This record gives sequence, structure tokens and C-alpha cells, in this order.
Amino acid sequence: MIRVQHEDFDIGAEIAALKAGRTDIGAIVSFTGTVRDAADTITEMTLEHYPGMTEKELERIEKEAHARWPLQASLIVHRTGTLRPGDNIVLVVSASAHRDAAFDAARFLMDYLKTSASFWKRETGPQGSKWVEAKASDEAARRHWSPLKDAAE
Amino acid sequence: MRLLYFAWVREKTGIAAEDVDVPGDVATVAELIAWLKTRGPEFANAFDRAEVIRAAIDQNQARHDAEIGGAREIAFFPPVTGG
Repeated sequence: MIRVQHEDFDIGAEIAALKAGRTDIGAIVSFTGTVRDAADTITEMTLEHYPGMTEKELERIEKEAHARWPLQASLIVHRTGTLRPGDNIVLVVSASAHRDAAFDAARFLMDYLKTSASFWKRETGPQGSKWVEAKASDEAARRHWSPLKDAAE
Repeated sequence: MRLLYFAWVREKTGIAAEDVDVPGDVATVAELIAWLKTRGPEFANAFDRAEVIRAAIDQNQARHDAEIGGAREIAFFPPVTGG
């Protein structure tokens, strides 16, 4: 499941909902991305997205993760709008029978989300406001995953 | 045709969305960008570094050599920075 929302998320509640009533899950991995302000340079972060397209991209990324690993369930929640240092930005959860698939899928979902989902960050601080630039290291992280040869579509 | 602009492309053009009549001889994303740049200094500025700008045709990311014939919605935006 994927969601794009302004509201914060409760990691424990999300995981509880994901595994409610199920006994086929043996491993759950979650990743949470938060607004960082290591050097007192950021007072606010605003996230913009492309309504309609962003959701389709997240669904495509999730579908590809399910094609690569035997996942019982997965979840991507991404926040938009104005956030502050320490706030949650993104949650990725992957659930599988065993840990390897859950660990790998969570990393894959984040690496693809970073480089292929339409979100744009703008940071505001005492020095003013600027759009965050895409990092080459994120693109390299995505390339770490080889293309799926017999992917659907 | 509906055109959408996001992030700094939106800020530089000064608009988020507009409906335009694109000339018939504009066939690709690259040609659409070249035509947009002739529409005023804010468009010339927004698309100055056209090579870094990404495009989507009907909500699917598209290369600059992609054909735009039949498209209902074309969006322009910088490389993504979510997560």
C-alpha cells in the first residue's frame, strides 16, 4: 500500500495494522526518514509533489519490489507540505517470511523512491530558502540494483 | 494542451499550470521547450539549463526526444529529491 499525505504517521500503528490477523509474516523491516538539521541551518522543509503521478510511481516501485522478493506486505507513506527538523518525512515497511527479503526490499524501495518518485524538497533557514539538489550518490545507490529482466509490462 | 511546472521550474515561470495552444510543428519535448523559451524572459530563464529539466507526458516520465503528439498533460520539473 502507498500513501501521500501531509499528516504525520505512527510507525507502531502502521506496523500493527500491516500484520494484524496474519501469521505468515516472520520478518518486518521499517525505514523512517526524518528532517535533519545537523548544523542549525534549517528551520523548515517543504515537500512538493505531482498529485496523481507521484502515487502511480510509488505503486510501480512497490510492485517491482514484490516482483523481486517474496513479500507478504509492504507500505510506503510519504509526507508533503511544510515540515520541521525532527519531523518524519517517509516510512517504508516491508514484511516477509524471512529477514533477507524484508531487509533487501526496504532498501530497494528507498533507493528507488529517492531517484524515481516525484517529490521536491525546499529547505528554509536563517540564510534564506533553496531547493535541494539531487545527489549523484542516490543515483549510484539505485544503480546498485540490476534491472529486473522479466519484469511485468 | 495542459502544461504543469513543479519546484524551481514553477517558481521561475511564475505559474503552476496553464492551458496552451502549441504550434503544430512542435513535435517533441525538446521542441516544446525551445518554443516555451520564446514566450518571455521568465520562460527563457526557467528553461535556460534545459538539459537538467525532466519532463513527463501524461504522468509518465519522458525523454526530451519523446514525441508529444496526442498528449493531454505535459509536466516539467527538476530531478527529484524526495525520501
